Amino acid sequence: MPSKKKDLAKGRTAFWNDPEKRSMLYQIIMLVILIICGAYIISNTLHNLDSRGIKTGFDFLWSEAGFGINQSLIEYDESHSYGRTFFVGLLNTILVASLGILLATILGFTIGIARLSNNWLIAKISAVYIETFRNIPLLLQIFFWYFAVLRPLPRPKQSIELFDVFFLNNRGLAMPAPNILEGFGWVLLVFALSLIVVIGVKRWAKNRQDTTGKGFPIISVSLAIMLGLPALTYLFVGSPIDWEVPTLRGFNYRGGITVIPELLALLLALSVYTAAFIAEIVRSGILSINKGQTEASFALGLSRPKMLKLVIIPQAMRVIIPPLTSQFLNLVKNSSLATAIGYPDLVSVFAGTTLNQTGQAIEVIAMTMAVYLTLSLLISLFMNWYNKRIALVER
Amino acid sequence: MIQSDKKLPDLPPPRRSDGAFGWIRANLFSSVTNTLLTLLAVYLLYIGLVPLIQWAFIDASWVGETRDDCAVGGACWVFIKTRLNQFVYGFYPEELYWRVNWVFILFGVLITLLIAEKTPYKKWIVIFTLTVFPIITFYLVYGGAFGLEVVETHKWGGLMLTLILAVVGIVAALPFGILLALGRRSTMPVIKTFCTLFIEIWRGVPLITVLFMASVMLPLFIPEEIVFDKLVRALIGIVMFQSAYMAEVVRGGLQAIPKGQYEAASALGLSYWKMMGLIILPQALKLMIPGIVNTFIALFKDTSLVLVIGLLDLLAIVQAGLADAKWAGYSVEGYVFVGLVFWVFCFGMSRYSQALEKKLDTGHKS
Amino acid sequence: MSNEVQQNLMAISDEIMVEMRSVNKWYGEFHVLKDINITVRRGERIVLCGPSGSGKSTTIRCINRLEEHQTGDIIVAGTPLTNDLKNIEVIRREVGMVFQHFNLFPHLTVLENCCLAPVWVRKMPKKEAEEIAMNYLKRVKIPDQALKYPGQLSGGQQQRVAIARSLCMNPEVMLFDEPTSALDPEMIKEVLDTMIELAEDGMTMLCVTHEMGFAKTVANRVVFMDGGQIIEENCPHEFFNNPQSERTQLFLSQILQH
Repeated sequence: MPSKKKDLAKGRTAFWNDPEKRSMLYQIIMLVILIICGAYIISNTLHNLDSRGIKTGFDFLWSEAGFGINQSLIEYDESHSYGRTFFVGLLNTILVASLGILLATILGFTIGIARLSNNWLIAKISAVYIETFRNIPLLLQIFFWYFAVLRPLPRPKQSIELFDVFFLNNRGLAMPAPNILEGFGWVLLVFALSLIVVIGVKRWAKNRQDTTGKGFPIISVSLAIMLGLPALTYLFVGSPIDWEVPTLRGFNYRGGITVIPELLALLLALSVYTAAFIAEIVRSGILSINKGQTEASFALGLSRPKMLKLVIIPQAMRVIIPPLTSQFLNLVKNSSLATAIGYPDLVSVFAGTTLNQTGQAIEVIAMTMAVYLTLSLLISLFMNWYNKRIALVER
Repeated sequence: MIQSDKKLPDLPPPRRSDGAFGWIRANLFSSVTNTLLTLLAVYLLYIGLVPLIQWAFIDASWVGETRDDCAVGGACWVFIKTRLNQFVYGFYPEELYWRVNWVFILFGVLITLLIAEKTPYKKWIVIFTLTVFPIITFYLVYGGAFGLEVVETHKWGGLMLTLILAVVGIVAALPFGILLALGRRSTMPVIKTFCTLFIEIWRGVPLITVLFMASVMLPLFIPEEIVFDKLVRALIGIVMFQSAYMAEVVRGGLQAIPKGQYEAASALGLSYWKMMGLIILPQALKLMIPGIVNTFIALFKDTSLVLVIGLLDLLAIVQAGLADAKWAGYSVEGYVFVGLVFWVFCFGMSRYSQALEKKLDTGHKS
Repeated sequence: MSNEVQQNLMAISDEIMVEMRSVNKWYGEFHVLKDINITVRRGERIVLCGPSGSGKSTTIRCINRLEEHQTGDIIVAGTPLTNDLKNIEVIRREVGMVFQHFNLFPHLTVLENCCLAPVWVRKMPKKEAEEIAMNYLKRVKIPDQALKYPGQLSGGQQQRVAIARSLCMNPEVMLFDEPTSALDPEMIKEVLDTMIELAEDGMTMLCVTHEMGFAKTVANRVVFMDGGQIIEENCPHEFFNNPQSERTQLFLSQILQH
């Protein structure tokens, strides 16, 4: 019976009035247009590349780069390949992005919470911070830190000194580098052991609370164990880290670690800018929790810290984490502004210098975009997984 | 039993809970921590603001022509003053400034009319702004018709270029965004896949790579004979990028329309495009305005990136001015000026969109 | 039914559980509570009624300091309610509250909702807290929902969980702030039945409600408020059959018409 009905429904319509056939037709037209456009672009490109004498393909990745990069986390000099410049840039992007995410999160949460403070002055200062920094272009902020603050700093000889070990000058921030000596293994071992102890203490404390109801100051005790034991070991085996303090030799500081001003400027601007957005997210996340939740917690006799810990924060985090992740993604994408001040990130090194030297625009841009796309994809996969996991169960 | 049948008088609240003193105590010194925080904040403000005011106003130099007129230690606003024309118009010929000024005036009037609540014929003004106004702007700024002399785009710059990039970017991205959003919600797999891919790819990469792509890859895609202007290439990149973001705003607006509206429209016998054009989009667009304004703010700030492909927008032209040996060392003044301009635009727009959101919010509840 | 319930209700002792003496409260310049005097003895069931905006909810919310009163005294179970945080904590422990919109914690299961306060405030072992919670969930007739989340329950079930959650703290006094106003008609009865059982067990209760049937059968006093002041206070029989004040008569004629 149903099949006959379907036949009836189909039989009477002309094919252009049949929604299924019509949508099929639209899609075929769309495909044809896409293919024609694609073919047109490809043929143009091949012709253009040919007339400019550019070879397509990824062979260029293995030829010698011949240019220097002022910061690299892996071994690199002019004799290395273009392929290696890709990794140098990628690692530099990862470095500035992870430091930036860390700083922006700390700063953003602090300001977001301060924005809700019942101290009027603190709340207003946070509001001014948020409204100032999120309404000024990031590139301008990067320029400000780089050209107006860090570059005009005095030369190494007149460095600004902090505690006699940090030296800030127009070449960057020189700071002590740890040289690991014999015996440091013991400190690491004790640290690992203390982690195990902390896990044990945590289990014991939870168990004790479940059975006797008595609480335990787990955070402070864990911190004490985790930091205290390794510190004691460190002193006991005779301070096995030798801090190599930078010293002024000739025109610059030698030894230690030097953070180049480009990295400092980019890091400052990225964290300050993104923190303003994170603060807004944190604020609206906390405000989104219904007032009834607070009232119910108080009516049950919970104190304010316990209410925050048990009721507000778990619920606010569900609201905060998705937009927070997309801010992290924004920060990673924004780190590409490094180009403008010459911090050697992926875009600056690879899509900049390498592209200009080789002329392999398509390959280079495609590789660069692929990196960012992969990252976006990973983050959105994480978000979907997280959203599913934390979604409040409703009927 | 009756407790009191007479209406008791409304009494004023007891003194301690109100008045300036009560307010200060409750908001600044309610506890020991609060008092410490207040004192710390006041101290920080003191060490931060006093030198700033000293630098920016008290010790600042306002009059003069060259750097010699600037006092040491204060801000040198002379730099901004002498370069102001360049910062606003770029290298646009001075005798033709009036053409740009007319566009500014017209734009200002249109925006005021659009923001004002009780403007009559608002629909027509919207249509005028989106269709006729861009044409007028093009002929006034570029010239080439009605006896207006052509001004090449490489002479454009400064605030004028920033505004052109942002406004063209957003206006041109709107129709693409609507189509992409409809496509993404479509049930046809080919169209849905294409639109989703397009949106996600552009949203996944930084604008700077899009600009690089537009400036180095685009010329490869088209026949050699056709040469695109640098500005046009940047605009193509910006519009592609922006239409992906716009599509997501439109999609959000479409999702906010209750299902009943779609059902009612279909029940009335409207076809897909009539349903969208007459019933759904007019409602959805209204809901989208705050989202559109927010993406506009983001784009407005992002236009500053065009300096990496050599266009001289507001930030780039100030940056170029700083490189001038005559004014070396006044970068802070330059950046403060640019920052202030951007801030005024962005802050104003964000306040507007917040007010609108509030209005829409209450409008929906009642 | 009325008589049966009344017979089951226990005697009232002389011990004063809640005392409000000339309590006044302002929102800014607006005088919301005017000279409120209420005395509640152990085992009493008091219903507050009156038109909306008359200050009923504000009155009971002052008792556990969800709202702060500006003048007058409130004494709960012998503890004076002052700005002292310790006193507030003590009082909140002894006073349970049920809200109009339930205010269950959506991120916790029903059982976790019930155990939260006993574990973290009363420092009870988890096992014991869970046993007590299951007991109360049985009493409100939803032990089988213990592992579900609030979002999965109907409004009536959620409100019964909210009642069980308050009872887990073993409070001396229970406050009900329009507990049935947000419920569909068919769910009102299940919540009212739970409240009647609670009354039969001798719980001291203050209820803000528009359920006049509940007031007639369960309350031993009805307090009528209007414009932020108490107009009339009487036993339900007298209150409904022989209202003294004009405003009470008007109010009753309006709500009993339907």
